[in-house]
Amino acid sequence: MGLGELASRDTPAARLDPRAKVVATLAYVGIVASFGRHELFRLAPLAAYPLILAALGDVPLRPLLSRLALASPFVLGVAIAEPLWGRSPALLLGGWVVPGGAVAFATLLAKLVLSVSAALILVATTGFDAVCAGLGRLGVPRALLTQLLLTYRYLFVLSDEARRMVRAHALRSPDRPRSTLRGAGTLLGQLLLRAFGRAERIHAAMRCRGFDGTLRLSQAWHLSLGDALFLSAVTALLAASRALDLPALLARLGGIS
Amino acid sequence: MSHHLVAMEDVHYRYLDGTPALCGVSFTLHHGESLGLVGGNGAGKSTVLLHLAGVLFPQRGTVRVGDWPVTPGTVAHVRRSLGMVFQDPDDQLFMPTVEEDVAFGPTNLGLPPEEVRARVETALDRVGAQHLLARPPYRLSGGEKRAVSIATVLAMSPDILVMDEPSSGLDPASRRGLVDQLRAFEHTKIVASHDLDLVVEVCRRTIVLDRGRVTADGPTREILARGDVLARARLEPPQGLRSCPRCGAVGDWHLA
Repeated sequence: MGLGELASRDTPAARLDPRAKVVATLAYVGIVASFGRHELFRLAPLAAYPLILAALGDVPLRPLLSRLALASPFVLGVAIAEPLWGRSPALLLGGWVVPGGAVAFATLLAKLVLSVSAALILVATTGFDAVCAGLGRLGVPRALLTQLLLTYRYLFVLSDEARRMVRAHALRSPDRPRSTLRGAGTLLGQLLLRAFGRAERIHAAMRCRGFDGTLRLSQAWHLSLGDALFLSAVTALLAASRALDLPALLARLGGIS
Repeated sequence: MSHHLVAMEDVHYRYLDGTPALCGVSFTLHHGESLGLVGGNGAGKSTVLLHLAGVLFPQRGTVRVGDWPVTPGTVAHVRRSLGMVFQDPDDQLFMPTVEEDVAFGPTNLGLPPEEVRARVETALDRVGAQHLLARPPYRLSGGEKRAVSIATVLAMSPDILVMDEPSSGLDPASRRGLVDQLRAFEHTKIVASHDLDLVVEVCRRTIVLDRGRVTADGPTREILARGDVLARARLEPPQGLRSCPRCGAVGDWHLA
């Protein structure tokens, strides 16, 4: 647990200014989303950004993949209908006619993988608190950042609490270690009530130490030459993949039509 | 300027679900005193502390801390002079790193960054936790979390240190470390606990709470030797004040 903890290591990617990485990631996700439903191949060059940043940040693959898998049900739910709509042929691949729906499905999946991994790599090279501080410097409302930071902090506590409840339930129902749907409702309700109690206690503890609604994050930052280089490289990549059809250009250069 | 530091006068409080928590609690505390607040589960210890910190307000009666009556309008002043350490460190430690957590209070007081840094260092030094500076709080052990929780409050330089069950969940070595630290603090202290051995070592004065009422108030060693009062409050005399099971000696035989 805690992809953000990777960011405490001293890597070239971790040394970049959080604001630069936040801006780059936001722009990247925007550009990835801007491509059309069937422009699968035009997304390919964009894979360079997460790959290079992950390499610079020495981000291990396994935790990234497990978190990608966690996010996938949401997009799969949206994308799964695509093959049903578009049955008209859209692509010839080695003699196979690929229907438009399948291409749209693959395109959505590729967009998911690219944008979610960019966000994950941002956290893994920057740390969640620095990402929030960066967002704060870029004008995101304080209340939202406080919510984000506290949610991230108490995710552990809440998941521990849920695990303890499920275990306690399992230990007292040996024949049926998994909860029924009705039982799960009760457990979830309990978890919600406990979360309310916890939230009240945390709020009291915060107020006792002078909390007035704004979380002050102490970060002294300055943009360096490295940040400028990083931002220009990202801008170049994004502009090139948006303006030019790089895979088609490459194919033409290679003499394939 | 009042001569006493903390005063509760005939405080009544009933929780939303109707449970009466405090039924006329009164006491006053002077500068430099150390008070143990003892009682069984549900006796009202935590409720008293929440009133002192201005988290709850009395439905009848008054609470004063320093020169201020504790009301919604004065809590900001009250909390500058009174530091509260909550029972569960996970409630107290909410920032991404130990350093930021200890800096949270001083920063909210509006202190300049150099002063905040100095306070963080001193506070962590006091509890022997400087080496935890860069760690995320949720990764610490129970004893480390407790030490850092206390540092977060010390960093605000309170006049009064208030603690709810500080020794709960600690192993013997961590508990010993805590007792030694508490004995070394020259703050005015209020410690709510049913760890009576801790109270014997740390507090010179003790108040026994039983179902929302003060049933005894006086020097710790006298109060905690009164078996009848303790039994009614669902407590037992601490080991340190019992007679020796082998030779029958009374007093500090266990320390000899």
